[in-house]
Amino acid sequence: MKKILILLFCLLPTFSFAGEAQDMAENPELEKRMIVLAEKLRCLVCQNESLASSHADLAEDLRREVRELMQKGMSDDEVVDYLVSRYGDFVLYDPPVKSYTMLLWFGPFALLLVAGLGLFFQLRKRRETVPEANLTPEAHQRAEALLKEEEKS
Amino acid sequence: MMRFLLPLVIFVVLAGFLFVGLSLNPREVPSPLIDKPAPAFTLPQLHEEKKQFSPADMKGKVWLLNVWASWCVSCREEHPVLMALSQQNIVPIYGLDYKDKPEDGKMWLARGGDPYVLSVMDREGRIGIDYGVYGVPETYVIDKQGVIRYKQIGPVNQQNLSEKILPLVAELQKQ
Repeated sequence: MKKILILLFCLLPTFSFAGEAQDMAENPELEKRMIVLAEKLRCLVCQNESLASSHADLAEDLRREVRELMQKGMSDDEVVDYLVSRYGDFVLYDPPVKSYTMLLWFGPFALLLVAGLGLFFQLRKRRETVPEANLTPEAHQRAEALLKEEEKS
Repeated sequence: MMRFLLPLVIFVVLAGFLFVGLSLNPREVPSPLIDKPAPAFTLPQLHEEKKQFSPADMKGKVWLLNVWASWCVSCREEHPVLMALSQQNIVPIYGLDYKDKPEDGKMWLARGGDPYVLSVMDREGRIGIDYGVYGVPETYVIDKQGVIRYKQIGPVNQQNLSEKILPLVAELQKQ
């Protein structure tokens, strides 16, 4: 009996916690969603900080705006579109693939290809310029003997 | 020969890119609002709070919308230029007092002079967000159809005024 009572008391805090959490569930969730999205967005004032971490006035205003848009039921993509239509692609840390970002996205691969081709032709050319040594068995033995001598000394 | 030439060419190209990079201003983010209709708003005027102003009132005119604030340091640099421009009567300048207390805004204009036909109050900066404002002062050139044709980020000065803003205004006024 005593054991059961202790067990019940142990469980008591979890019950109360569950009840409380449910009441507050709506706002923290939205706040979390806002922060996750804001981490992907760039603050325009301090340009190396995300919207989530910046303390600039504008960043605070934009976080408020994002929060309100989310409360209105906008999806993450719609919120991003809303900001891009005002501030441009610059707010995105992940630039979209467009005609003028082609160089940014595919330039490195093009460079890699060029470097790879360069290396390939260079190696082929070298193989042509360094001839295979055609040695007679005697010459081979002499070369080996010379090398051994070198090792000893 | 090739052995020395190729690294030299690569170096020169790289240095060229970096040199151009030095002269770019990362603070100037191109606005997606250029050639788009100026976002609509209706805001109370700074000096007569009961009266309102909306960009729709300006249809048929070329005008400048200047975003300013009493707390904005660069606005002090720009202010004499705007004062001179307003006296020339070339183009009307309307002010958007951005995230400012009305008393402070009024005091600032009383002290330095008021180049604006009128100013409106954007106390919470919401209209600023619609216009993509991120660094006050900013100035928009808006044409007769209510379309934004140019955005000056940072202070208006003699150089950008005579090289960009005024020629554009003259061209738009002819249309």
